[in-house]
Amino acid sequence: MRTPLRPLSRRGLLTGTLGSAALLAAGGSLAGCGTKAATQTEAGCVSDDVSGTEKTLAFSNWPQYMDVDEKDESKRPTLDEFVQKSGIKVTYTEDVNDNNEFFGKVQNQLAACQGTGRDIFVVTDWMAARMIRLGWIQKLDKSKLPNVEANLLGSLRNRPFDPDSQLAIPWQSGLAGIAYNGNVTKELRTVDELLTRPDLKGKVTALSEMRDTMGLLLQSNGHDPANFTGAQFDDALNKLKKAVDSGQIRKFTGNDYAPDLAKGDIAACIGWSGDVIQLGFEDEKIKFVVPESGVMLWSDNMMVPNKATHRANAEQLINYYYDPAVAAKLAAYVNYICPVKGAQAEMEKIDPELATNPLIFPDEAMLSRSKVFMALDEKQEREYEAKFQQVIGA
Amino acid sequence: MTALAHVPTGQSTASSPPPAARSGRYRFLPYLLLLPGAAWLFLFFALPLLQLAAASLYDPTGSLATGYAMTWAFSNYPEALQAYWPQFSRSFLYAGIALVLALLMGYPLAYAIAQKAGRWKNLLLVCVVAPMFTSFLVRTLAWKTILSDNGWVVGLLRDIHLLGPDGRLLATPVAVILGLTYNFLPFLVLPLYASLERLDYRLLEAASDLYASPVQTFRKVTLPLSMPGLIAGTLLFFIPATGDYINAELLGTPNEYMIGNVIDSAFLVRLDYPQGAALSFLLMAAILAVVFVYLRKAGTDEVL
Repeated sequence: MRTPLRPLSRRGLLTGTLGSAALLAAGGSLAGCGTKAATQTEAGCVSDDVSGTEKTLAFSNWPQYMDVDEKDESKRPTLDEFVQKSGIKVTYTEDVNDNNEFFGKVQNQLAACQGTGRDIFVVTDWMAARMIRLGWIQKLDKSKLPNVEANLLGSLRNRPFDPDSQLAIPWQSGLAGIAYNGNVTKELRTVDELLTRPDLKGKVTALSEMRDTMGLLLQSNGHDPANFTGAQFDDALNKLKKAVDSGQIRKFTGNDYAPDLAKGDIAACIGWSGDVIQLGFEDEKIKFVVPESGVMLWSDNMMVPNKATHRANAEQLINYYYDPAVAAKLAAYVNYICPVKGAQAEMEKIDPELATNPLIFPDEAMLSRSKVFMALDEKQEREYEAKFQQVIGA
Repeated sequence: MTALAHVPTGQSTASSPPPAARSGRYRFLPYLLLLPGAAWLFLFFALPLLQLAAASLYDPTGSLATGYAMTWAFSNYPEALQAYWPQFSRSFLYAGIALVLALLMGYPLAYAIAQKAGRWKNLLLVCVVAPMFTSFLVRTLAWKTILSDNGWVVGLLRDIHLLGPDGRLLATPVAVILGLTYNFLPFLVLPLYASLERLDYRLLEAASDLYASPVQTFRKVTLPLSMPGLIAGTLLFFIPATGDYINAELLGTPNEYMIGNVIDSAFLVRLDYPQGAALSFLLMAAILAVVFVYLRKAGTDEVL
C-alpha cells in the first residue's frame, strides 16, 4: 500500500530551503521600515463633529454594565429613556471584555489617527491613562457637562491622569480588596493573613491586574500606591513572590475567580467589590473585606476617542448619566460604586437596603482608606508590568 | 510552493506525446486554479508571517509610543529564550505526555470503531466528534467543574487515598495535561480511524495462518498499515497542543504556564512586540524541527 506521505526528498528540502530564503529576503525588504510612533497630538489628529446633523452615537461598554428590564432583556430602561429624551439613536455594543484585548482591537486605528467606529467607550483607569498618554482621546467641553461638574464624587476628581476631569469620566467605580467564603474558612481581615495563613494554602487567588494586586500589597507594607518608589514596589513584589513560591497563591485571575469562590474551590482571594456583592446576594457567607491597611479604588471611564464624529452627542449621554436619579437606577442594577453624588438619596426610593450598602455608596471612612494607583509613564509601566508578569508566571 | 513544482507544465518529450488538453490554451489553467488559494495564503499567511519576522528583529528598546526601529536585533532571540526556556520546555513536556496518553486511549478506540463496532460504527464516530460542536472554551470550563476541589472526582480519589486529604487536581500539571489530552483527542482518533478502517481483515487472517502471534500481527501488519494515520494524527495532536494556552490558563496556575501563555502576555499585556514575535518564531522553529525529525524517522523507515 502506498502512503500519501512522502519521505523528505532532497528536492523537497532544496525547494523548502530556497523558499525560506526567498521569504527571508522579502522580509528584509519589508522590514526596512519598522513601525511609526503611535503617539498622536490633538492638533495632529483633529476630528470633525457632525453631531449637529447626525443624531447617532456608537457606545462600547462591558457586558452586564447597563441596566436591563427584568421582563425583557433586550430593553435597557435608562438608555431607552435617553434615546427618547434626546432623539439620539444609540448603538450599544458590549464588546469590551478585557482592557488589554480591547486595546488590541483599537490600537492600529488610533495609532494611525483613524476612526474606530466608536464615539464613546469605557475602559479602566490605567488603560485610560495609557490612551491619554498616547494622545488618543478627545477633550470634552466642560460647559456641556454641568451634571458631572456638580455631582462627580470628590475622591474621583483630580486623578493624576486627568486632573481636570475632561478626558475620562467615571462610568462606575469599584474597590479591589479581599474576599472570602465563610463556608470553607474563618474570618479574614488583612492582606498578610491572606498571603500567609496556613489553612488557606493553595486556596487563594489574586488578580492578574497588576495595579489592584500590587496596590493592596503596597498598602499592606505601609506604602502609598498613589506615590511609591521602585524599591517599595520591589518589596511588595517580593512579598507576592514568596506567597506564589510557597504555593499559598493558587493562581492569578480576571473575573473568573467568582464561580470558584462561590463553589469553595478557593477559600479567599483578592477580588472586586461588585462581583463579591452579587455572590453575597446568593450566599451571605461570601464576604468582601476592606483590609485595615487600605483598599484600591478603581473606575471604568467613558472616553471619546480621536476621530469619533459625535462628541457633542457623547457629552449629552455622559451628562445624562450624571443625573442622580438616572445614576441610582443604574447602580441598583450593576451594584458597583456609584460615582455620582446625590444618587444615594435617589436610591432610597428604589431600594433602601442598597442605599445603605457601603460597597455601593461608600462612606467617608471607607473612601479615606481607598487609594488610586499612581499614573505610570510608559517606561515605568513596562518595567513594573514585566516584573509583575514574571512573578505571576507569564 | 512545492505544489507549483509538481504541476505538469505541458512541456514533454517526443516519446510521450502530450494530451491535447494540456497544450495550447489550457496550458495556464492549473495556475489559474491555484490562484485563489495562493492569493489567500499570500495575504493571510505569508504577509503576516513576514510582518512577524520583521517585528522579531525590531529594536527592543522601542515602544508603542515612540515606535519601533528596525535594527536587525537578532539578540531578541537568545534573550527571549533565556527568559522563558522553562515555559518552552514545559510546553513540549506537557504536549508529549498528553500525546502518549492520547495514543494509549486513542489507538484502541480508533481500532475498535474501525474494526469491531459493526453497525454502531457511525454512532461511535458521532460520539467522538460531537463534543467538537461546542466551543473549545466551554469544554475546558466544563473540566473545571468536573475536577473541582469539592466535586465527586476529587472526593473519590481522596477516599481511595490516591490524593491526600488536602490534595487537588485543579491548578496542577495533572489537570493541564488531562485537558490537553481531552481537547485534542479527536484530532488523533479521526485520522487513525481513517487508516484502520481501510485495513484489510484478510491480511490479519493471513498473518495468523502463518503462525504469527497476535502481538506479532499487530507489530508486523496492523501498526505499519496504520502508520499514515498515526503520523497524521500525532502531528495534528502535537502541534496545536504545544502552542495551546487555554488549558494552562484555565486549569493550571502560573507554574504550569506554557509558551503560548507567555506569547499572549507579550503581545497583549506587556506590549513587548519584538519579544513576542521572537518567541513565536522560536516556537515555530522548534515544532518544525521536531516534525522534521519525526517524519524522517517514522516516514522513511517504517512507512515505506
